[in-house]
Amino acid sequence: MNIQLLHKQFLQKIKREKRWIRFYQFIIFISFFVLWEISSRFGWIDPLIFSSPFKVWNLFIENIQDGTLFSHLYVTIFETVLGFILGTILGTIIAALLWWFPFFSKVIDPYLVVLNAMPKVALGPILIVALGPGFTSIIAMGTIISVIITTIVVYTSFKEVDQNYLKVLQTFGATRLQSFKEAVLPASFPTIISTLKVNVGLSWVGVIVGEFLVSSKGLGYMIIYGFQVFNFTLVLLSLLLIAIFATIMYQIVEFIEKKLIKH
Amino acid sequence: MSFLSVNNVHHTYFTKDSANTALKNVHFQVNEGEFISILGPSGCGKTTLLSIIAGLIRPTSGEVTLENKSTFHQKNNIGYMLQQDYLFPWKTIEENILLGLKISNQLNKESKERTIQLLEKMGIHGVNHQYPNQLSGGMRQRVALVRTLATNPKLLLLDEPFSALDFQTKLKLEDLVFSTLKQFGKTAILVTHDIGEAIAMSDRIYLLSRNPGTVYKTFIVPDEIKKQLPFHARNTESFNELFQGIWKEMEKLEARYEHSAPS
Repeated sequence: MNIQLLHKQFLQKIKREKRWIRFYQFIIFISFFVLWEISSRFGWIDPLIFSSPFKVWNLFIENIQDGTLFSHLYVTIFETVLGFILGTILGTIIAALLWWFPFFSKVIDPYLVVLNAMPKVALGPILIVALGPGFTSIIAMGTIISVIITTIVVYTSFKEVDQNYLKVLQTFGATRLQSFKEAVLPASFPTIISTLKVNVGLSWVGVIVGEFLVSSKGLGYMIIYGFQVFNFTLVLLSLLLIAIFATIMYQIVEFIEKKLIKH
Repeated sequence: MSFLSVNNVHHTYFTKDSANTALKNVHFQVNEGEFISILGPSGCGKTTLLSIIAGLIRPTSGEVTLENKSTFHQKNNIGYMLQQDYLFPWKTIEENILLGLKISNQLNKESKERTIQLLEKMGIHGVNHQYPNQLSGGMRQRVALVRTLATNPKLLLLDEPFSALDFQTKLKLEDLVFSTLKQFGKTAILVTHDIGEAIAMSDRIYLLSRNPGTVYKTFIVPDEIKKQLPFHARNTESFNELFQGIWKEMEKLEARYEHSAPS
């Protein structure tokens, strides 16, 4: 029996499996675009509605060259990142207030339930009228869509912190602020980070819907414009870009999670 | 006047459907440097009593004074060790042991050095920058002891601190805690349901009855046992004698309880 050899074989087996997974993922990726292109060329799907990868690619190059793409992309990413950060921070602050004033939290509880159940995008028209049809109201959409759920989830995690950690702090004569700083907040970090992941998705929804409504700039505007002039190549290009950038944002959050939570 | 006095403490917990009297007429005195054990079955209000002595809960009536002042306003003079170590998993060992000093604004170069030296005296070396989950149960409980002693409390409350440990670790830790407390001349109250532990470690034992908890009997531990480390104390003749005596009383209590319990 050679333990080292067996271990080596075990490691190789894992490596091999990983390589196969990557291989199949690549195959799916390639065949999706190849199939899309072929079916569009042979007319199996309507090329007017579903366009084709080459058309999307050409439009992509064209829009990069005339510089319009970057301005749209920049606006949407800016709005999404800001909405996402504001939603998370505001939600956490409100959760902290609820934890600080238990009586207030009992009073406000049914209103939170109502606000959470309501579809926030329905507030869009009101926001646009109130804040003006610019990026302020779109950021507000990205924020409002994630703030309530963040509040509820983070507040629940504040409440569920093991009381014995607080007891340890109280025996040292800790104030409420010290208890919050030393135990409640750090113990809830994993929950706050996991709401970040949810909020990435929600903020994209808020911002895209906001851009549908305001219709002046951004990827959401590109979709609605493409739809109005029946240029579905433009719609699909926007969709692909949203998929790519939403994934990048998600990956960044995951990276932050790994950095922050070691223990 | 004695060092610590528990004066006619009553405590009742109120819930929607009932009022549960956890402690009734608990009354005793402790002199400086004494080691007291409170022995009792589960549900006799031992932890409630410790929380009241620590000044964490106000009793329904009665009061607890340390050097003639209510313990409610001098939490910093009282150290409290819980059943589990409750080291903060997101803090390093060093941050954990300095926590009490930080909370009470006593953290300076001198107190920091003293605390780190105390950790080394407990036989824990080279883990200052590690996290609690990298340490064994016995080591963690020793770190928790250092955290409790760091603020130099006059009175130490131990809430079954050895109950979560394996037997061997428990015996070793009993000796370590015993000799450390004797060396610093600390007054301590140990809550436990382990008769042997109570005899081996303390100068005096209060047996509590349950529902409601009240001092049922007091046992004075003979000098022969007091002088020795807990491990050796377990081998003396008077240890067995006292063990039998306490066992009988506990059986009597149990019988009385079963008798009166509604079936």
